[in-house]
Amino acid sequence: MQGPEMGPILLTLLLAGTTTLVLFGLGLPFAFWLARTRSPLKPVLEALTALPLVLPPTVLGFYLLILFNPEAPLGSAILTLTGTSLTFSFTGLVFASVLYSLPFMVQPLQAAFEAQGRAAMEAAASLGAGPVDAFFTAVLPPAARGVLTAGVLTFAHTIGEFGVVLMVGGNIPGRTEVISIAIYEHVETLDYASAHALSAGLLVFSFVALLLVYLVNRRVPVHAG
Amino acid sequence: MPAETLAFDLRLTRPGFALAARAELPLAGVSVVFGPSGSGKTTLLRLIAGLERGEGRIALGGEVLADSSAGAFVPAHRRSVGLLFQEGRLFGHLSVAGNLAYAERRARPGAPALPRTEVIEALGVGGLLDRRPGALSGGERQRVALARALLARPRLLLLYEPLSALDLKARAAILPYLETVFVRTGLPVLHVTHSVDEAARLADRMVVMEAGRIAATGPAETMLARLDLDRLIGRFEAGARVEARVRAHDPAYGLTICEVEGVPLTVPGLAGLPAGARVRLRIRARDVALALAPPQGLSIQNVLPVTITEIVPEPDGHMADLRLALGTTGLRARLTRKAVDTLGLAPGIAAYALVKSVSFEPGG
Repeated sequence: MQGPEMGPILLTLLLAGTTTLVLFGLGLPFAFWLARTRSPLKPVLEALTALPLVLPPTVLGFYLLILFNPEAPLGSAILTLTGTSLTFSFTGLVFASVLYSLPFMVQPLQAAFEAQGRAAMEAAASLGAGPVDAFFTAVLPPAARGVLTAGVLTFAHTIGEFGVVLMVGGNIPGRTEVISIAIYEHVETLDYASAHALSAGLLVFSFVALLLVYLVNRRVPVHAG
Repeated sequence: MPAETLAFDLRLTRPGFALAARAELPLAGVSVVFGPSGSGKTTLLRLIAGLERGEGRIALGGEVLADSSAGAFVPAHRRSVGLLFQEGRLFGHLSVAGNLAYAERRARPGAPALPRTEVIEALGVGGLLDRRPGALSGGERQRVALARALLARPRLLLLYEPLSALDLKARAAILPYLETVFVRTGLPVLHVTHSVDEAARLADRMVVMEAGRIAATGPAETMLARLDLDRLIGRFEAGARVEARVRAHDPAYGLTICEVEGVPLTVPGLAGLPAGARVRLRIRARDVALALAPPQGLSIQNVLPVTITEIVPEPDGHMADLRLALGTTGLRARLTRKAVDTLGLAPGIAAYALVKSVSFEPGG
């Protein structure tokens, strides 16, 4: 592949990796809370989480663009706090991707925690393990497949995003030009060969990622205890 | 100095169910919490373990575990209370050794009831250490789960129907392990069950629950013999428990001769016990027949000289419940009212209680 093409690929991988890490940090406690709570707020939060699944990415991107605008309250607050604007920046892209990929992280984790019930947590508590200890040593290991599924889906979904990035990030090489945007650019300029190379790469990567998820989940669960 | 106790006065209301349980139990021996399903046994145990939060107060020894009026609540992981769940709840991602190490690493401070090697030996889990929980039988799983609970060094051990998921054979095989552990650790145990057999075999003390309340508390012998608790224990299962001592074995027939109040009693299924060992036998009221003279030419091996102490005819039925005294041991018999009248049975009359040896076969 030609040199210039590596820019969008590396940027895309960096964006997907950062988004996945940030979402693990937010998604693990949130999904665990959703799986256990009896709060009446639960369905509201579940619906909000699932919204990116059905909403056109441009709608999400449009609202984020308005929110991030340096003249808007949030945008200006961030500008004074950090000195950078969220629009047309890598940080803004991470922010947008976290929202956009939220359901792909939260839903598999929540399903894994719900399938497990309270049994493991209670057993750990009866042996003297506090809540955080019990979460990492008794709840998370048996949910490993859910964790892997959530991570792979989030990573792959972030790599494939287009609409939100275009709205929030624009197309700045090295800062916001990710693979999907680069493909769009190549097609616009009738550079079909480059568009083919990137598209085929993305297609193969997405298929392999999904295949991995299905292979992992196909195995008969080993239930014990 | 007053003996240490587990004292609780608890209330909890759920849709369609209300618990209001109050008792003070000595922290010694085995207390069996007995009652039909839905009587609140499970909820009581979960409240004591700290897995549920209710109204009221729990004190273990001098330590207040919960006091809703003072807003005090010690969470489950800070209570020195071990819990053996019905299905064991071993961690499937760890080996047996890993499960045991998990408990050891988080053991409560203080001296262990039994060192690790002795726990492993007492429960016979030494050969299972490398196995995965998924590869264990139900009985093995519960033995490992009990070993794990002990290694966390509890001051009180709660057993929640630990044998109910096992078949009859596995249940019979695990009971001696439980008895060994109870004796060797000296840990106070609260054992929740709906099995009369288990209660009769293990209980020093019984807490009988009904509809969210504690219906009665007392020594197991007294409680099992009480006629007024029959409706909770079940008429079919009603009977008496006797303390016996193994005298000798009759290997040719697979029988064991025990001794109750100096009278021999022939029982199957005790071949593993050494002579002199104490055993608790349950004699169901419906398995006891009475004769006025020592019978001849009868297949029944066990003939116990007793005195009738009380006869309670069923108000509208055809049966009568009799209480019998064999020395200081109480027995029970359930006869038809017709038989009572035909034989002219009355309190104070000496009779012979006949018990078939096969009636000692363990039931459900």
